[in-house]
Amino acid sequence: MSASPEQIEAERPWLLRYARAQLQDQAAAEDAVQDALLAALEGRERFAGQASVRTWLISILRFKLVDTIRRQHREVATDLSEDTDLSDLDGLFDGQGAWQQAVRAWGVPEEGLLAKQFWQVYQQCAQAMPKRTAMVFAMREVMDMDIADICQNLSITTTNCSVMLYRARMSLRECLETRWFQQEIAR
Amino acid sequence: MMMSCRQASRLISDGMDRPLSRSEQVRLSFHLLLCRNCRHFRQQMQQLRSGIRRARDE
Repeated sequence: MSASPEQIEAERPWLLRYARAQLQDQAAAEDAVQDALLAALEGRERFAGQASVRTWLISILRFKLVDTIRRQHREVATDLSEDTDLSDLDGLFDGQGAWQQAVRAWGVPEEGLLAKQFWQVYQQCAQAMPKRTAMVFAMREVMDMDIADICQNLSITTTNCSVMLYRARMSLRECLETRWFQQEIAR
Repeated sequence: MMMSCRQASRLISDGMDRPLSRSEQVRLSFHLLLCRNCRHFRQQMQQLRSGIRRARDE
Protein backbone atom coordinates (compact mmCIF):
# COMPACT_ATOMS: atom_id res chain seq x y z
CA MET A 1 0.00 0.00 0.00
CA SER A 2 1.25 3.47 -0.76
CA ALA A 3 -0.16 6.94 -0.25
CA SER A 4 -1.47 8.68 -3.35
CA PRO A 5 -0.18 12.15 -4.30
CA GLU A 6 -3.74 13.45 -3.81
CA GLN A 7 -3.91 12.06 -0.30
CA ILE A 8 -0.58 13.67 0.50
CA GLU A 9 -1.50 17.03 -1.02
CA ALA A 10 -4.80 17.05 0.83
CA GLU A 11 -2.97 17.31 4.13
CA ARG A 12 -1.08 20.47 3.15
CA PRO A 13 -3.30 22.98 5.00
CA TRP A 14 -3.19 20.95 8.17
CA LEU A 15 0.58 20.51 7.99
CA LEU A 16 0.98 24.22 7.43
CA ARG A 17 -1.02 25.03 10.53
CA TYR A 18 1.10 22.59 12.49
CA ALA A 19 4.35 24.04 11.16
CA ARG A 20 3.32 27.65 11.73
CA ALA A 21 2.60 26.91 15.32
CA GLN A 22 6.20 26.07 16.00
CA LEU A 23 8.12 28.34 13.71
CA GLN A 24 6.34 31.67 13.94
CA ASP A 25 8.14 32.46 10.73
CA GLN A 26 5.59 32.05 7.96
CA ALA A 27 8.07 31.59 5.13
CA ALA A 28 10.13 29.06 7.06
CA ALA A 29 6.96 27.11 7.90
CA GLU A 30 5.97 26.96 4.23
CA ASP A 31 9.45 25.80 3.26
CA ALA A 32 9.42 23.05 5.85
CA VAL A 33 5.99 21.83 4.69
CA GLN A 34 7.12 21.95 1.08
CA ASP A 35 10.21 19.90 1.90
CA ALA A 36 8.14 17.41 3.87
CA LEU A 37 5.60 17.01 1.05
CA LEU A 38 8.36 16.45 -1.48
CA ALA A 39 10.05 13.88 0.72
CA ALA A 40 6.68 12.18 1.20
CA LEU A 41 5.96 12.08 -2.52
CA GLU A 42 9.37 10.59 -3.23
CA GLY A 43 9.01 8.07 -0.45
CA ARG A 44 5.32 7.29 -0.81
CA GLU A 45 6.02 3.63 -1.57
CA ARG A 46 7.43 3.40 1.93
CA PHE A 47 4.14 4.41 3.55
CA ALA A 48 3.28 1.25 5.43
CA GLY A 49 -0.41 1.92 5.77
CA GLN A 50 -0.44 1.08 9.47
CA ALA A 51 -0.69 4.69 10.52
CA SER A 52 -2.92 7.30 8.91
CA VAL A 53 -1.43 9.36 6.08
CA ARG A 54 -1.52 12.37 8.36
CA THR A 55 0.44 10.67 11.12
CA TRP A 56 2.99 9.51 8.61
CA LEU A 57 3.33 13.01 7.14
CA ILE A 58 3.70 14.52 10.57
CA SER A 59 6.60 12.23 11.34
CA ILE A 60 8.33 13.45 8.18
CA LEU A 61 7.47 17.08 8.87
CA ARG A 62 8.94 16.83 12.35
CA PHE A 63 12.36 16.07 10.95
CA LYS A 64 12.14 19.08 8.66
CA LEU A 65 10.98 21.29 11.52
CA VAL A 66 13.78 20.19 13.77
CA ASP A 67 16.25 21.03 10.99
CA THR A 68 14.73 24.46 10.64
CA ILE A 69 14.65 25.07 14.37
CA ARG A 70 18.28 24.06 14.63
CA ARG A 71 19.20 26.52 11.91
CA GLN A 72 17.20 29.29 13.55
CA HIS A 73 18.69 28.41 16.87
CA ARG A 74 22.18 28.90 15.55
CA GLU A 75 21.13 32.37 14.46
CA VAL A 76 19.26 33.22 17.65
CA ALA A 77 21.74 31.75 20.09
CA THR A 78 24.40 34.39 19.96
CA ASP A 79 24.46 34.20 23.72
CA LEU A 80 25.34 30.64 24.60
CA SER A 81 25.50 31.22 28.33
CA GLU A 82 23.30 29.03 30.50
CA ASP A 83 19.84 30.39 31.00
CA THR A 84 19.10 29.38 34.58
CA ASP A 85 18.24 32.73 36.05
CA LEU A 86 14.61 32.86 37.09
CA SER A 87 14.65 36.25 38.77
CA ASP A 88 12.19 37.46 36.12
CA LEU A 89 9.57 35.49 38.06
CA ASP A 90 10.30 37.25 41.35
CA GLY A 91 7.23 39.45 41.04
CA LEU A 92 4.91 36.46 41.15
CA PHE A 93 5.99 35.36 44.61
CA ASP A 94 6.53 37.06 47.95
CA GLY A 95 9.69 36.84 50.04
CA GLN A 96 8.69 33.44 51.39
CA GLY A 97 8.04 32.10 47.93
CA ALA A 98 4.25 32.10 48.29
CA TRP A 99 2.01 33.25 45.42
CA GLN A 100 1.46 37.00 45.47
CA GLN A 101 -1.96 36.58 43.95
CA ALA A 102 -4.39 33.75 44.48
CA VAL A 103 -4.29 31.17 41.71
CA ARG A 104 -7.83 30.73 40.46
CA ALA A 105 -9.29 27.56 39.11
CA TRP A 106 -9.86 28.20 35.43
CA GLY A 107 -12.92 26.07 35.78
CA VAL A 108 -13.61 26.00 32.10
CA PRO A 109 -15.05 22.68 31.03
CA GLU A 110 -12.63 20.89 28.74
CA GLU A 111 -15.16 21.13 25.90
CA GLY A 112 -15.32 24.86 26.45
CA LEU A 113 -11.80 25.21 25.11
CA LEU A 114 -12.91 25.71 21.56
CA ALA A 115 -9.90 24.29 19.86
CA LYS A 116 -9.45 26.75 17.06
CA GLN A 117 -9.79 29.90 19.14
CA PHE A 118 -7.63 28.47 21.84
CA TRP A 119 -4.96 27.83 19.26
CA GLN A 120 -5.03 31.44 18.09
CA VAL A 121 -4.70 32.77 21.61
CA TYR A 122 -1.95 30.28 22.34
CA GLN A 123 0.00 31.48 19.32
CA GLN A 124 -0.36 35.13 20.30
CA CYS A 125 0.87 34.25 23.77
CA ALA A 126 3.75 32.19 22.40
CA GLN A 127 4.87 35.13 20.31
CA ALA A 128 5.14 37.29 23.37
CA MET A 129 7.77 34.95 24.84
CA PRO A 130 11.50 35.13 24.15
CA LYS A 131 12.18 33.23 20.94
CA ARG A 132 14.30 30.51 22.46
CA THR A 133 11.80 29.89 25.23
CA ALA A 134 8.94 29.61 22.77
CA MET A 135 10.98 27.27 20.61
CA VAL A 136 11.78 24.88 23.43
CA PHE A 137 8.18 24.92 24.62
CA ALA A 138 6.84 24.13 21.13
CA MET A 139 9.30 21.28 20.73
CA ARG A 140 8.12 19.83 24.02
CA GLU A 141 4.38 20.44 23.97
CA VAL A 142 3.44 20.68 20.31
CA MET A 143 5.93 18.23 18.86
CA ASP A 144 5.92 15.90 21.87
CA MET A 145 9.70 15.63 21.95
CA ASP A 146 11.26 14.49 25.18
CA ILE A 147 13.75 16.59 27.09
CA ALA A 148 16.73 14.49 26.06
CA ASP A 149 15.93 14.97 22.35
CA ILE A 150 15.41 18.70 22.76
CA CYS A 151 18.68 19.14 24.62
CA GLN A 152 20.55 17.14 22.05
CA ASN A 153 19.06 19.04 19.15
CA LEU A 154 19.79 22.44 20.61
CA SER A 155 22.98 21.47 22.45
CA ILE A 156 21.70 22.74 25.79
CA THR A 157 21.71 21.12 29.23
CA THR A 158 18.65 19.49 30.79
CA THR A 159 18.65 22.11 33.53
CA ASN A 160 18.61 24.89 31.01
CA CYS A 161 15.83 23.12 29.19
CA SER A 162 13.64 22.66 32.25
CA VAL A 163 14.19 26.28 33.31
CA MET A 164 13.00 27.44 29.91
CA LEU A 165 9.97 25.16 30.01
CA TYR A 166 9.08 26.39 33.48
CA ARG A 167 9.38 30.00 32.38
CA ALA A 168 7.29 29.31 29.28
CA ARG A 169 4.53 27.70 31.34
CA MET A 170 4.47 30.56 33.83
CA SER A 171 4.29 33.08 31.06
CA LEU A 172 1.62 31.23 29.09
CA ARG A 173 -0.43 30.79 32.22
CA GLU A 174 -0.56 34.52 32.80
CA CYS A 175 -1.17 35.33 29.18
CA LEU A 176 -3.93 32.75 28.75
CA GLU A 177 -5.56 33.86 31.94
CA THR A 178 -5.88 37.42 30.63
CA ARG A 179 -6.63 36.71 27.03
CA TRP A 180 -8.67 33.57 27.17
CA PHE A 181 -10.12 32.61 30.49
CA GLN A 182 -11.34 36.05 31.50
CA GLN A 183 -13.17 36.40 28.24
CA GLU A 184 -14.63 32.95 28.86
CA ILE A 185 -15.99 34.17 32.14
CA ALA A 186 -17.35 37.34 30.60
CA ARG A 187 -19.21 35.41 27.95
CA MET B 1 10.39 22.64 56.35
CA MET B 2 7.61 22.67 53.82
CA MET B 3 8.58 23.68 50.31
CA SER B 4 7.39 27.05 49.05
CA CYS B 5 4.84 27.63 46.29
CA ARG B 6 7.67 28.81 44.14
CA GLN B 7 9.49 25.50 44.56
CA ALA B 8 6.27 23.54 44.19
CA SER B 9 5.37 25.26 40.91
CA ARG B 10 8.81 24.44 39.56
CA LEU B 11 8.44 20.78 40.54
CA ILE B 12 4.99 20.62 38.99
CA SER B 13 6.50 21.89 35.76
CA ASP B 14 9.47 19.51 35.96
CA GLY B 15 7.09 16.64 36.63
CA MET B 16 5.52 17.22 33.23
CA ASP B 17 8.85 16.49 31.57
CA ARG B 18 10.52 13.86 33.73
CA PRO B 19 9.54 11.40 36.45
CA LEU B 20 9.99 13.03 39.86
CA SER B 21 12.09 11.27 42.47
CA ARG B 22 10.36 9.58 45.36
CA SER B 23 11.32 12.34 47.76
CA GLU B 24 10.24 15.08 45.33
CA GLN B 25 6.90 13.35 44.95
CA VAL B 26 6.37 13.08 48.67
CA ARG B 27 7.31 16.69 49.39
CA LEU B 28 5.16 17.95 46.53
CA SER B 29 2.14 15.89 47.53
CA PHE B 30 2.44 17.23 51.05
CA HIS B 31 2.54 20.79 49.79
CA LEU B 32 -0.41 20.23 47.46
CA LEU B 33 -2.44 18.75 50.26
CA LEU B 34 -2.17 22.02 52.13
CA CYS B 35 -2.07 24.56 49.30
CA ARG B 36 -5.06 25.31 47.13
CA ASN B 37 -3.22 27.81 44.94
CA CYS B 38 -0.74 25.18 43.87
CA ARG B 39 -3.49 22.66 43.26
CA HIS B 40 -5.09 25.18 40.93
CA PHE B 41 -1.72 25.82 39.33
CA ARG B 42 -1.26 22.13 38.64
CA GLN B 43 -4.72 21.93 37.16
CA GLN B 44 -4.00 24.91 34.92
CA MET B 45 -0.83 23.25 33.67
CA GLN B 46 -2.83 20.16 32.75
CA GLN B 47 -5.43 22.30 31.00
CA LEU B 48 -2.69 24.07 29.10
CA ARG B 49 -1.24 20.79 27.88
CA SER B 50 -4.57 19.23 26.95
CA GLY B 51 -5.76 22.45 25.28
CA ILE B 52 -2.69 22.52 23.07
CA ARG B 53 -2.97 18.84 22.18
CA ARG B 54 -6.61 19.09 21.27
CA ALA B 55 -6.13 22.21 19.20
CA ARG B 56 -3.09 20.74 17.48
CA ASP B 57 -4.72 17.43 16.60
CA GLU B 58 -8.04 18.80 15.48
